[in-house]
Amino acid sequence: MLKQLTLSAAMVLALVASPALAAGKAGKVKDIEFSFEGPFGTYDQMQLQRGLQVYTEVCSACHGLRYVPIRTLADEGGPHLPEDQVRAYAEFYEVWDPALLDGDGDFRPAKPTDNFPQSALSNAPDLSLMAKARAGFHGPYGLGINQFFRGMGGAEYIYSLLTGYTGEEKEEAGAILYENTAFPGGWISMAPPLYGDDVVYADGHDSSLSAVSKDVSAFLMWTAEPKMMARKQAGFTAVLMLTILTVLLYLTNKRIWAPVKNRVKEGSTPAE
Amino acid sequence: MAGIPHDHYEPTTRGEKWLHRRLPIVGLLYDTIMIPTPKNLNWMWIWGIVLTFTLVLQIVTGIVLVMHYIPSVDQAFASVEHIMRDVNGGHMLRYLHQNGASLFFVAVYLHIFRGLYYGSYKEPREVTWIIGILMYVLMMATAFMGYVLPWGQMSFWGATVITGLFGAIPFVGESLQTWLLGGPAVGEYTLTRFFSLHYLLPMILVGLTAVHIWAFHTTGNNNPTGVEVRRESKEVAERDTLPFWPYFVIKDLFALALILAIFFAIVGFMPNYLGHPDNYMEANPLVTPSHIVPEWYFLPFYAILRAFTADVWIVIAADWITGGIIDAKFFGVLAMFGAIIVMALAPWLDTSSIRSGRYRPMFKWWFALFIVNFFVLMWVGAMPAEEPYNTISLIASTYWFAYFLVILPLLGVIEKPLPQPETIEQDFAEHYAPKTGGTKTIVNPAE
Ligand code: HEC
Ligand code: HEM
Repeated sequence: MLKQLTLSAAMVLALVASPALAAGKAGKVKDIEFSFEGPFGTYDQMQLQRGLQVYTEVCSACHGLRYVPIRTLADEGGPHLPEDQVRAYAEFYEVWDPALLDGDGDFRPAKPTDNFPQSALSNAPDLSLMAKARAGFHGPYGLGINQFFRGMGGAEYIYSLLTGYTGEEKEEAGAILYENTAFPGGWISMAPPLYGDDVVYADGHDSSLSAVSKDVSAFLMWTAEPKMMARKQAGFTAVLMLTILTVLLYLTNKRIWAPVKNRVKEGSTPAE
Repeated sequence: MAGIPHDHYEPTTRGEKWLHRRLPIVGLLYDTIMIPTPKNLNWMWIWGIVLTFTLVLQIVTGIVLVMHYIPSVDQAFASVEHIMRDVNGGHMLRYLHQNGASLFFVAVYLHIFRGLYYGSYKEPREVTWIIGILMYVLMMATAFMGYVLPWGQMSFWGATVITGLFGAIPFVGESLQTWLLGGPAVGEYTLTRFFSLHYLLPMILVGLTAVHIWAFHTTGNNNPTGVEVRRESKEVAERDTLPFWPYFVIKDLFALALILAIFFAIVGFMPNYLGHPDNYMEANPLVTPSHIVPEWYFLPFYAILRAFTADVWIVIAADWITGGIIDAKFFGVLAMFGAIIVMALAPWLDTSSIRSGRYRPMFKWWFALFIVNFFVLMWVGAMPAEEPYNTISLIASTYWFAYFLVILPLLGVIEKPLPQPETIEQDFAEHYAPKTGGTKTIVNPAE
C-alpha cells in the first residue's frame, strides 16, 4: 500500500510543484517551433545572428542587455561571430568608465570585455533574462510538464508580444497604451516596435513581421540562457552514465541478495 | 548498550593494535558500516542515504558558489548571472544547487511518511524522530534563506512576507522582526546575515545527521513489520539481520543512482521547472509581484498559515478569550508552527502498541487520507487567497491537526490489529517462500 502511495505521491509531487499553478490571468501565447526546444534542441547560429541584428537596429534604442558580456557574441553555440566583428560591434556602444578623467568618469567606446549597456529608456525593462522571466506555457492542466519538450515558453511569449498588437490605442494618465493580446492585462506602453521589413538581412532571409519577431525572440532566449547547449550536453552525459551505473548496481544487488533469498527458498522452515 | 549483538573489529597487525589502543576509530567505522540491519527492509528505507548524499551535494556545490557570489544588494543578482555566464561550469553548479534543494525535500517528505506509516517514531526511537524533525526545520530555514540570496523579485518579496510573520507575534513581534532583518525592512543587512546563516546551518545539519544515525544505530533500525530484531545472542540476531555492508549499501546505491539519473534529466533538460520565473528579475522594493508564492516544498505549511482567517469561529474565539492578543494573523503563525510541533509529538500521541501500519487495518485508511491531504494542502497553498480555496485549506488544515491530535490517540484504543509475524526471519521467509516448480521467484522485498 505504501508503495502505491509513494508512487502516486512522487508523481503528484513532481506535478503539483509547478510554479505554473500560480499563473495569473496571462495573455494569449502562440506555440511556435524553435530549434532549441526539447532535450536535444540547439540554437540556430544564423537565426541568432539575424536576431542580434534586429535587437541592435530596433530594440536597443530603448532596451539594454546589461548582464550579457559583448565578447560572448563570439561564443560557440551562440551567434559565434568572428572576433574582429565582435570588436567592431562593441565600438558601436558607448559605456561609462568611472576610471577616466582622473576618476571623474567619462564615456568611451565599449570593448568586447564590457557588457552591453543597460536600458536607454528608463521604463523599458532590461531584456537579458526576459525569456526566462516570463513563462508562456502552463499546460497541461497548469502543471507545466510539457516544458520538457517545448521549453518554458519565454521565447514564445516575446514572439506573441511582438506580433500581438491589435492596432487599438488609448491614453491613460498622459501615456499612450497599445492593446496587445499577449501582454497580461491587455495594454502595454511599448509602441509596436516591429512592422515587418524593419531590417534588411544580408543573406536575403525573410523579413516579414513574423520572421523578424521569431529571430529576435530566439536571440533573447540565447541572451537569457547562453549555456543551454552545454547544459543539455552535460545532462545527457550524466543521465547516460548514471543509467549504466544503475544497471550495474542493479545486477550487483541482485547477485548479492540471491543466496540470502535462495537459502530461504530451499524450504527450511524457520526454527521457531 | 542495547545494541544488536554482532561481531566487533579485532585489530590484528601491530600497527592496528597500536592505533586501536590510542584511538579506536577503525573499530567505530567498522561497527558503523557492518551494523546488523533487518533483512526485510523495503524500498522506503533508501531515503536516508538519498538525504545524506543530497546534504553533501548541497555543501559541495554551495562552497564553490560562495567563491563567486557577492552578498550585497547591488551585486548579488549580477554576481549570480556572472556565475551562470562566465564561471566554468557555473551554470551547472547553480542549477544543481537549486534543484538539489528540491531533491532534498522530495526525499525528506518520503522519509517522514515512511516513518509515519511504519511507526518508526515509536518507542524506543523517539529521540531519532525528534532529531529528524529538528533537521527538517533547519532544512526549511536553510532553504528559505538560500532562496533570498539570488536577490530576485521572489527572493525579496518572499523574505518580506515570511519575516513579516514574526511581526504578528504580540508585544515583541516588531522588535523581533527588526532584529531578524537587521533593519526596518528587507535590505543589505538581511542579505548578509541570511548569507552567513545559509552557510552555517548545513554544517549543523551535518552534526545532527551524525547524532541521528548514532541514535538509530543504538536502537537498531525499524523495519516494515515493526517487529524488533531478536537480541538473545549473536546467532539469533543473525537470523533476522544482515550486515549493512554490502547488502544495504549496494541496494541503497542502486536506488540512489536511479534517482540521480532522473535528477540529472531535470537539471539538464528543464532546470527551471521548479523555479519561479519572477526570480529572473532583480529585486525591486517598489514593484510587488502580482502573486507571491513560496517554493513548492513550503506550500503545505503556507496553506496552513493562511487557512485560519478572521471569520473562522475558532479564531474569533481565540481572539475574544485572549482579549485580542491572538488575532487572525498570529493564530495563523501559531497554526503553522503548531503543525510541525504536533508531528514532533507523534510518539506520544499515537497510543497503539502496534508499530507498523501494515497490521493496523483502520490506521491504513486514515494514513492514506493524511497523504492525500498533504497534497491538497500543497495545491491549495499555491492558489490565491479566495473562495473556494479558503474553505478547502481550512478543512485540510483541520485534518492535519485532527490526524495527530484525535485520530492517532483514538485508533490505538478502538482498533483491532491484525496478527503480526513472530519474527523478521519469518516475515522474510514468507516473502521468499519456495515456489512450486519455478526456479526464480520474482518477489520484491517491497510491500
Ligand atoms: C520605443 C522604445 C522601445 C523599443 C524600440 C522597444 N521597446 Fe520593448 N518595451 C518598451 C517599454 C517602455 C516597455 C515597458 C512596457 C510596459 O511595461 O508597459 C517594453 C517592454 C518590453 C518587453 C516586456 C513585456 C513584459 O512582459 O513586461 C519585452 C519582452 C520587449 N519590450 C521586447 C522588445 C523587443 C524584442 C524589441 C525590439 C524588437 C523592443 N521591445 C523594442 C519600449 C521599447
Ligand atoms: C537531513 C536530513 C536527514 C538525513 C540526512 C537523515 C538520514 C537518515 C538515515 C541515513 C537513516 C537510516 C535509515 C534509512 O536509510 O532510511 C535515517 C533514519 C531515520 N530517520 Fe532520518 N534523516 C534526515 C531527516 C529526518 C527527518 C526530517 C525525520 C523525521 C522527522 C527523520 C526520521 C528518521 C527516523 C525515525 C529514522 C529511523 C527509522 C529507521 O531506520 O527505522 N529523519 N535517517
